[in-house]
Amino acid sequence: MILAWLIILLMGCGLLSWLAARWNNILPRIISLAGVVVQLLVVVWLWINHGQGSGASRWITSYTHSWIPAFGIQIKLGVDGLSLLMLALTSFLGILAILASWKEIKDRVGFFHFNLLFVLAGITGVFLSLDLFLFYFSWEVMLIPMYFLISIWGNENRVYAAYKFFLFTQASGLLMFLSILGLYLIHGRHTGIYTFDYEQLLGTVIAQQTAFLLMLGFVIAFIVKLSTVPFHSWLPDAHTQAPTAGSVILAGLLLKTGAYGLIRFVLPLFPQASHQFAPMAMNLGVISILYGAKLAFAQTDLKRLIAYISVSHMGFILLGIYAFNQMAMQGVVMQMVVHGVSTGALFIIAGALHERIHTRDIGQMGGLWSKMPRMGAMGLVFVMASLGLPGLGNFVAEILILIGSFAANKTLTIVATIGLVAATIYSLRIMQKVFYGKEQKQWTVADFGFREMGIMISLSVAIIWLGLFPAPVLNLAKSAVVSFAGMTNKQVQAMPDGNNRKYPAKNHSVICMTVIRKNSLNNHIDLKAPIKDDRTGY
Amino acid sequence: MTVQDIKSLLPMVILAGGILFTIILIAVKRNHRLAFIGTLIVILAAVIAALFQTGKKPHAIGEIFVIDRFGSYYQVLLLSATFVISIFSYISLERFFPNKRKEEYYLLIMLATLGAGMMAVSSHFISFFVSLELLTISLYSLIAYYRERAKVIEAGLKYLVLAAMSSAFLLFGMALVYAISGTMSFAGLSVITLSLNPSGILMLVAGIGLMIVGIGFKLALVPFHMWTPDVYEGASSPVSAFIASVSKGSVVAVLLRLFMMADLYRYEKVMLAFIVIAILSMLIGNLLALMQNNVKRILAYSSIAHLGYLLVAFIAGKGMGIQAATFYITVYMITIIGAFGIITIISPADHESGEMENYKGLFWREPFLAALFTIFLLSLAGIPLTAGFMGKYFLLTAGLGKTEWPLAFVLVISSVIGLFYYLRVIVMMMKPDETIFSISPSFWSSFPIGILMLTFLGVLVICLGIYPGWLVDLVKTLNP
Repeated sequence: MILAWLIILLMGCGLLSWLAARWNNILPRIISLAGVVVQLLVVVWLWINHGQGSGASRWITSYTHSWIPAFGIQIKLGVDGLSLLMLALTSFLGILAILASWKEIKDRVGFFHFNLLFVLAGITGVFLSLDLFLFYFSWEVMLIPMYFLISIWGNENRVYAAYKFFLFTQASGLLMFLSILGLYLIHGRHTGIYTFDYEQLLGTVIAQQTAFLLMLGFVIAFIVKLSTVPFHSWLPDAHTQAPTAGSVILAGLLLKTGAYGLIRFVLPLFPQASHQFAPMAMNLGVISILYGAKLAFAQTDLKRLIAYISVSHMGFILLGIYAFNQMAMQGVVMQMVVHGVSTGALFIIAGALHERIHTRDIGQMGGLWSKMPRMGAMGLVFVMASLGLPGLGNFVAEILILIGSFAANKTLTIVATIGLVAATIYSLRIMQKVFYGKEQKQWTVADFGFREMGIMISLSVAIIWLGLFPAPVLNLAKSAVVSFAGMTNKQVQAMPDGNNRKYPAKNHSVICMTVIRKNSLNNHIDLKAPIKDDRTGY
Repeated sequence: MTVQDIKSLLPMVILAGGILFTIILIAVKRNHRLAFIGTLIVILAAVIAALFQTGKKPHAIGEIFVIDRFGSYYQVLLLSATFVISIFSYISLERFFPNKRKEEYYLLIMLATLGAGMMAVSSHFISFFVSLELLTISLYSLIAYYRERAKVIEAGLKYLVLAAMSSAFLLFGMALVYAISGTMSFAGLSVITLSLNPSGILMLVAGIGLMIVGIGFKLALVPFHMWTPDVYEGASSPVSAFIASVSKGSVVAVLLRLFMMADLYRYEKVMLAFIVIAILSMLIGNLLALMQNNVKRILAYSSIAHLGYLLVAFIAGKGMGIQAATFYITVYMITIIGAFGIITIISPADHESGEMENYKGLFWREPFLAALFTIFLLSLAGIPLTAGFMGKYFLLTAGLGKTEWPLAFVLVISSVIGLFYYLRVIVMMMKPDETIFSISPSFWSSFPIGILMLTFLGVLVICLGIYPGWLVDLVKTLNP
């Protein structure tokens, strides 16, 4: 029940803050902040009390309520390690988004917070849904308010960007809806039970060809959200034009829903078809890494640049998911969290800069460190994070993904590694152009104030914590991830003509362990738990 | 006619009596408000009578009418729609119309509803045609009612010529069917046609084909849609709402009944024609709507597309298809009446707010009305949390259940196209307010009943979007 209340809480606070704006401009901010803080507290409480899992059930806690029994639609919510982690990220970034727009948004404050909280409610719904209809419902619920956020409070070209965002995601979402219906009808015809229940649909037997088509429907929706090349073109526009809070939520959370969908729905529902699709997906992932990196290097608009960094980083996620092993999957989960934190931080910095100097053109910046040492220092931290400096979260994630996918596909992984080099180049370019170098114009600007430093410090603490002690996060998601990776492999092996991928098991674990050991020595990474697990797993 | 017959036709009898009563009322005292309240009472009484009817067993009056749950459901729906539209008509007449002949409007709208209500229970070509003509002829004058305005006469004349022609097609089709089968009742048709030889089947199919022209015109399906935008634009908003909801709803009812009772689903050629019409309507309706700059024209083209969506369920046929079509038309009627209601309410006194420009900044001038309009538009676009999404879900499930993959695919693609223009209106409403148009400030106080109705419709759309279970269960009990 507590899960349903999480969604109701956000929606209720959204409505309240819209109403409250009639009297006061501060009230909506406080109401929405309170709502999201309560969500964070609940999530932390769940994490501390139930994070270890209750053993018997896959779900830490779940809630089922009948909704439209005529169609077999339920309100079925459940939370396991993976969704709990995503929820924590949602509420954390939600708080920061509200704080970041405290001064930026001056008009229509109530409606702004209404939309913001509805987006968060939709995202929460996506991470909790265990009923495919409810999942699609929440998937769509996040769109409209996001569309409003971009098209009302965005920058100069907002209407175009909002359109593009909406049409890309809506069109791909409808394809997913067709697939969901197809799955529902096939399951219904086989068993006589028409239901959208995720757990019941898991075992559906589908003809190979049909399964592949149905899977494609899901995959297209998710990789559009994940902004994989060639479906990435909405992302730079949307990110650039959105207000800061919108960019943070887009980059930090909305992209993650795509990855989450792939892990939660595509792999378990279509294990065999996913294996067929894997080479293609990994290729797309690598192309995204490199192409995103190249375009990031070519941008002069700071927000656009960061958007392309996201494209590149999301490529790693796709690569990792389709490597089908636990290590890569753990890396993916890690990447989802750290990318949310680091890119969110970069967008907040970009937003703060834009608020101060009213341009996003990095050609006009330069030498800002001397004026804004605090912002510069913070910028340095997150630029280093996004280029994958050891000791910060992104490093752990990327190295896990690369090690994991090396076992699955050596060539592609080697090519993907080039992305890390490219990351160094484009990331350092940000620092060089914005904070170092010659001053292009005489800006008179204020440095980060108390509120902004609070935001940035909490983000830096998070990214350093994730970099040095990733174990809690990895442990939390472990049981979920193991079950996904394990399930797909087991199911495929069980199928006689499955496209069975034989991993060089021995080789793999040796490489993993040596590399990880080395790293853990050098960087004090506590990776004991995953190693132990890998040993038993392979 | 036995007592039982009259009892089961009571809603329509009340309506017919009410029309006579209103004529006398107008003759005795010409007063707009009096005629309006009289109309509301009559319709309300008819709705209550129809509600009582729903619990009873199906009752056939010869071969002409059959009053069953399906028919009564549609009667309640059509009468309630007229009830709401009358309220908007009152506002519209009061505000835009010169100080004469306001009262006769209600006679016409009740006559048209009488035709629509009779059509919902028709089970015979004769009753079908007579009620259709009653509806159509009342509509001629309703469309041209505001004749002092530009474009109104054009709209009325266009509707007159084309409707008359389509009626001729319909009649000719009926004659062909009668010539070959010797029966005009829907039920009789299903029996007799079993024993036809191939050439007879050909003639039957030709007859049905001609009838499709007539029905397609009424439902504004491509390629019989040409009149729609001009008529919607020319007529006053309440009348446009009436055409979009009551007129189309009743034709959908009779179409479902005809195809179910006469079992025309077995003729593949006929179904093929409907598949082509459905695909064309969905695509062309949405594509043409993209190019419009007038909200009423956008709604007109979108109504073409929506009836195309509805055909997907109709084609899927027996069982779920019928339920989905009924569910969808219900949701569509609620939404489109709401949308036209908003247009009525926000129009300034000198003209109707059709042009996009009039909506600029509405979100900041009239946040409540704009939010309602947004809800209606999103429902038309089929976005979750609104009834339109549930309707579209029902359609898709019905279509896919009968493995109509191409139709479902076109439905999905065209609804993405459709999003463009709904979003355009919404974006327009959110632009900064710098327009010269403004609503008379007193509209909140002068027409609270209109706002109340709109709020009710908006709440209904959201409720059906979140909790549609009750309507689904209700629709599942209906069988033509």
